[in-house]
Amino acid sequence: MKAAVIVFPGSNCDRDMLVGIEHSLGRKPEMVWHKETELPDVDFIAVPGGFSYGDYLRCGAMSAHSPIMREVVKKANQGVRVLGVCNGFQILTEAGLLPGVLMRNAKLRFICKDVHLRVENAETEFTNKYTAGQAIRIPVAHHDGNFFTDDDTLAALEGNGQVAFRYCDENGNVNEASNINGSRNNIAGILNEKKNVLGMMPHPERLCDAQLGGTDGKPMFDALVEALS
Amino acid sequence: MSEITPEIVKEHGLSEDEWKLCLEIMGREPNLNELGIFSVMWSEHCSYKSSKKWLKTLPTEAPWVICGPGENAGIIDIGDNQAIIFKMESHNHPSYIEPYQGAATGIGGILRDVFTMGARPICNLNALRFGEPDHEKTRHLVSGVVEGIGGYGNCVGVPTVAGECEFHASYNGNNLVNAMAVGLADADKIFYSAAAGVGNPVVYFGSKTGRDGIHGATMASAEFTEDSEEKRPTVQVGDPFTEKLVIEATLELMKTGSIVAIQDMGAAGLTSSSFEMASKGGVGVELELDQVPMREEGMTPYELMLSESQERMLVILKPGMEDIAKAVMDKWDLEFAVIGKLTDTGNMVLKWNGEVVGDLPIDPLALASPEYDRPWVKTPRPAELKASDVESNVGRIDALKTLIAHPNMASKRWIWEQYDHMVMGDTVGRPGGDSAIVRVHETNKGIAVTSDCTPRYCYLDPHEGGKQIVAETYRNITAVGAKPMAVTDNLNFGNPERPEIMGQIVGCIEGIGEACRALEYPIVSGNVSLYNETNGTGILPTPTLGAVGLIADVDKAASVAFKAEGQAIVVLGETKGWLGASRYLEVLCGREEGAPPPVDLAQELATGNFVRAEILSGIDTCHDISDGGLAVALAEMAMAGSMGCTIDIPANVEAAYAWLFGEDQGRYIVTVDADKADAFVMKAGEAGVTANIVGKTGGSDVVLGGEAVSVAELKDLHEGWMPNYMAAAE
Repeated sequence: MKAAVIVFPGSNCDRDMLVGIEHSLGRKPEMVWHKETELPDVDFIAVPGGFSYGDYLRCGAMSAHSPIMREVVKKANQGVRVLGVCNGFQILTEAGLLPGVLMRNAKLRFICKDVHLRVENAETEFTNKYTAGQAIRIPVAHHDGNFFTDDDTLAALEGNGQVAFRYCDENGNVNEASNINGSRNNIAGILNEKKNVLGMMPHPERLCDAQLGGTDGKPMFDALVEALS
Repeated sequence: MSEITPEIVKEHGLSEDEWKLCLEIMGREPNLNELGIFSVMWSEHCSYKSSKKWLKTLPTEAPWVICGPGENAGIIDIGDNQAIIFKMESHNHPSYIEPYQGAATGIGGILRDVFTMGARPICNLNALRFGEPDHEKTRHLVSGVVEGIGGYGNCVGVPTVAGECEFHASYNGNNLVNAMAVGLADADKIFYSAAAGVGNPVVYFGSKTGRDGIHGATMASAEFTEDSEEKRPTVQVGDPFTEKLVIEATLELMKTGSIVAIQDMGAAGLTSSSFEMASKGGVGVELELDQVPMREEGMTPYELMLSESQERMLVILKPGMEDIAKAVMDKWDLEFAVIGKLTDTGNMVLKWNGEVVGDLPIDPLALASPEYDRPWVKTPRPAELKASDVESNVGRIDALKTLIAHPNMASKRWIWEQYDHMVMGDTVGRPGGDSAIVRVHETNKGIAVTSDCTPRYCYLDPHEGGKQIVAETYRNITAVGAKPMAVTDNLNFGNPERPEIMGQIVGCIEGIGEACRALEYPIVSGNVSLYNETNGTGILPTPTLGAVGLIADVDKAASVAFKAEGQAIVVLGETKGWLGASRYLEVLCGREEGAPPPVDLAQELATGNFVRAEILSGIDTCHDISDGGLAVALAEMAMAGSMGCTIDIPANVEAAYAWLFGEDQGRYIVTVDADKADAFVMKAGEAGVTANIVGKTGGSDVVLGGEAVSVAELKDLHEGWMPNYMAAAE
């Protein structure tokens, strides 16, 4: 796998993403500054979390117009795998690679904690090392993770198997109590139609190392490395 | 320039004597620009004039100290050419006036102190103190301060991993926001602030300068009165996004080899940064103030010198390196300007479009910085209470339930879940334990961090209280298996012009110094915040300490959670049942009195060394005993591990409630396998440490001498208070 991590001004999970990928890949991905106009030859692009442009204007809105994003969109349309985590997810929605928006959390506060996610689609190159219905423990850290989209788009996402993860309890039950931020249908992560672009609010790269308290994020990067080797 | 009237002098916070000294140094009447500079440089905030005499008595040296107080932050050596740079600083006054921005800019400021010296910040801590929960302002302040700290820290991407939060009526009009930043640097690549090289360019980078925060340092050096609300314009506004860029740009600039000296613009902005850099380097400086990047039109030299706009840095470059530095700032879209040069005049000369608008001698002003030996009276030590002096009409289980749900003892998860405590991917010990642990990136080494203060002890006996804080941080670092390395102090007190307050300052500093000497635990940085009074009522003396420890292998760290059923629970240290100044006395009896428990420093060292060695050789569960005594510590271990315990109260104790809730110092709880417990107790005895097996782990209840409560109920109570309290405002 040839991997790149995009770095925007205000990205702050870029190093976390690098380390997360490195755990599975055995080498460091390339770090690409947002002002670049060309991407190296890669088959996996990660758009990391953080506060690109300070979340000013609207989360991800300004980054979506960074020079490098034209290339990311082009590559995504060519089938290159793209993962957006947290602010990266927000950027991918602003760039039009994924539908919907991420609104302010229902309780209006920043939330940082481990949550459980039910794996909804375990047949993608991101998720095939999990099993469908499995509850995995992954941290969230966001202020604007409340996924919203209109009824038609939501129905399409559900119908096409584009919902990758839902917030659930530790036993995999998807319910209101486990919906930490008010997202529609408890959605924590979605795929594009072709399933080569995944956006998710939780941070799989933060739990790839037992010393940090868990490794439930690692199978995602293992799966990508295996699919792209 | 307008004539300086006595009113103007007074507005600038200078006493009559200070004004006379000012005239003497200048040899003429200063103009307004110059007066403004005198005002901030001699403010309590910048000059430590009331506390300096006593601060000098603190121990600041050890073989592992690279840099003690006097620079932007303290530095210790952690081996492998790595250094930890850290400091704690208050932002009390601004946070009361405007909680979100006041707290946020406190984080920004302390981070700059650390990365200015070449460190990448690796974690933040904060120690918060608010008025009574029922006070009309408290919820608003808690909400704003926590949101401000989170808003800034989360955005800059530095994990906030530890802290404390306490409520007391004495903070009703003066909340405390003490923030600590910890950074990691290469020991051979540390940057200092002493300017050098006549002719070298003085360069400004970061944000533009606006009119915010003018005279913030002077405001922070006066008591609050009814009209303090009107001081809102002196609170600065933070921009964490720019700070993040400034961090990255500064660290990148440092790699170019172009820097001679560097300092952030903190309190008193351009004045104190340029003045201190020149003063430390023994050089003069000439500033072209019209070259300073300005946020608004029509700004004056006076405003430019005194603005406390955030996210600004001042650097002395090597000659000819301007283009290299500018390229870095262009990459990060930051302001860059050459605003002056170093001179050999020994003076600070301010120019505005070529015209001299200020000319002050640097050394005389710095050397004449006032130092007061303020009168003080020793706080009388209260009587020692016996267990029989304390009513005990509440059952032990009810007492435990009340204590763990009390505002000062309840879980602060509501706070730390609003802080990103995991970003940077090295938080191996998350908030909620005795110390948080941050791994040194790409190694197995860990940095343990904690912040502590027990104001009620300091109020009743400043000297013992001061000792106890040091010991408490020492225990919290030790309880995870780390070696306590060094301390930063953030001394918050009332008005030092009152002898009884000055007595608290002196007593606490003496106690802190004595304990730090005994424990080989130097103070390497710090900050003083005085005048925490509103209408003549002072806060409890609150000398918050932040501490840093080192563990060579994070896999060996212990945590508070019970982990295995059927293990023996061993208390290390002696339990006598000291209830004076205890939480039990305060919460269940409504009495804040009695002598606080004394700290035996020699025993503290022996017990600490034993505990640490045992953790490194396999003990994985450890908790120090502090507020609420043995019973509360056990409940915390049970809640963290979702596992109960059964405790036998020794038959020979004078009073069970004193044994359960007494706050005797120097104690830890550990668990050991049942079949090894006797040998462990014997080993402790050989090391000179009292050890007693008090019970065993297991089950779903905490059972204290035959009376039980479920861990689930305890958790509901402990976790419930703060969310319920804050929800009442929504």
